[in-house]
Amino acid sequence: MDWQALALTLRLATVTTAILLAVAVPLAALLVLGRGRWLAAVEALAALPLVLPPTVLGFFLLVLLGPRTAVGRCITALLGHPLAFSFSGLVVGSVIYSLPFAVQPLVAGFAAIEPALVDGARLLGAGSARVVFTLLVPLARRSLVASAVLSFLHTVGEFGVVLMLGGDIPGATRTLSIVLYNQVENFDYAAANRTAAILLGLSIVALAAIYLTGQIRGGRRA
Amino acid sequence: MLELALNARRGSFHLEVECRLASDWTVIFGHSGAGKSTLLRLLAGLDRNARGETANARIALDGRLLTDSASGKWLKPGRRQTGLVAQHASLFPHLSVEANVAYGLAGLDRNIRATRVAEMLELVDATGLVNRRPQDLSGGQAQRVALARALAPAPRLLLLDEPFSALDGTASDALVDRLQVWLRANSVQTVLATHDATDAFSTGAEVALLREGHLAAVGPAAEVLQGERERIARRLKTP
Repeated sequence: MDWQALALTLRLATVTTAILLAVAVPLAALLVLGRGRWLAAVEALAALPLVLPPTVLGFFLLVLLGPRTAVGRCITALLGHPLAFSFSGLVVGSVIYSLPFAVQPLVAGFAAIEPALVDGARLLGAGSARVVFTLLVPLARRSLVASAVLSFLHTVGEFGVVLMLGGDIPGATRTLSIVLYNQVENFDYAAANRTAAILLGLSIVALAAIYLTGQIRGGRRA
Repeated sequence: MLELALNARRGSFHLEVECRLASDWTVIFGHSGAGKSTLLRLLAGLDRNARGETANARIALDGRLLTDSASGKWLKPGRRQTGLVAQHASLFPHLSVEANVAYGLAGLDRNIRATRVAEMLELVDATGLVNRRPQDLSGGQAQRVALARALAPAPRLLLLDEPFSALDGTASDALVDRLQVWLRANSVQTVLATHDATDAFSTGAEVALLREGHLAAVGPAAEVLQGERERIARRLKTP
């Protein structure tokens, strides 16, 4: 069992989920509460990774973050090393790739909240941030859990973006999915079974967390 | 004094109202679809123009401009010192009654906030509900709490959109009597939208009659709602 890859995968998924929640909550609130046609473009952009093949996204990021572009050169100058083939690069790729999985449950949750509640809060002097954190987030707790769990799982199971952007560097960019791929390539099916079982177990536990949250809320209502 | 000059379209609906409401208690009377709620929402600053809609609006409260489309001025709802209570109480379901009433008092000292909440709940006769959740309240109780929540931040204008519909007649009369005394004492101008003429007659209010989005008349209830009064009298005489 490659414990190093497991630890790296969990670290990557945790960091990615934390960043995604920080980005997705205000973004989803903007999409639900905002006005203007430009929001449709923002929504489309946030959903783009859903339909874009991971290898294509990984390739674009590899080029963008590499020494061929001004952005890549700027980042290298700032950090002292390129983002590609590093853990930080994987985080950037994972955040972009999993963005729709974080944003969409929140958009659905926020949109289901009665608009009169938001109007009421605004009339009582609440600004946008207060509306989001005292009203939308508490009332859409289940969506928040779903957003976090989906982001985490999607990052854990990510393969194409990781391989394109991070390669296969032990301790830096080798995640469980890549370990599984290597094991299958080497016909080590026993090890591949164990790795796949861990990935499956993580998925089941995380999905159970979503449904348990729903049941607890349902029970409280009743 | 509330000054209004509104000319707004919402799809096929056209709202055109121009008047000065000087009375401390004004009733906007109109049947369903007359534009009462639209008017109150514009006063509260909740409806800004969406694409494809047009509105020329000028709203001033005691000389202070709240909305002026000519100069592009539009005060946010929370800066208008305006409270709105609608037919559906819309209390925040995850907060207790106490937290609901205190929501508009953010920034105040905790003791002052608690005193204000207690004062408001006493005004609407809901002191015993302080720790309850909205889902544990009856419709009438929820409306009382919504009223307390709207009054807590000390608005200068109170907008009521048929907010007493869930209260029985006696409870509603007692609450309105107490409310009117308090609002007068605190110089809060009130605009109540209703399709029930008895609300206008019982409160001795100035009445603005709204028909299909247009202001048909403004004046004392006895004059403006003469036709309604006769209709009610005829129905009462019918065995």
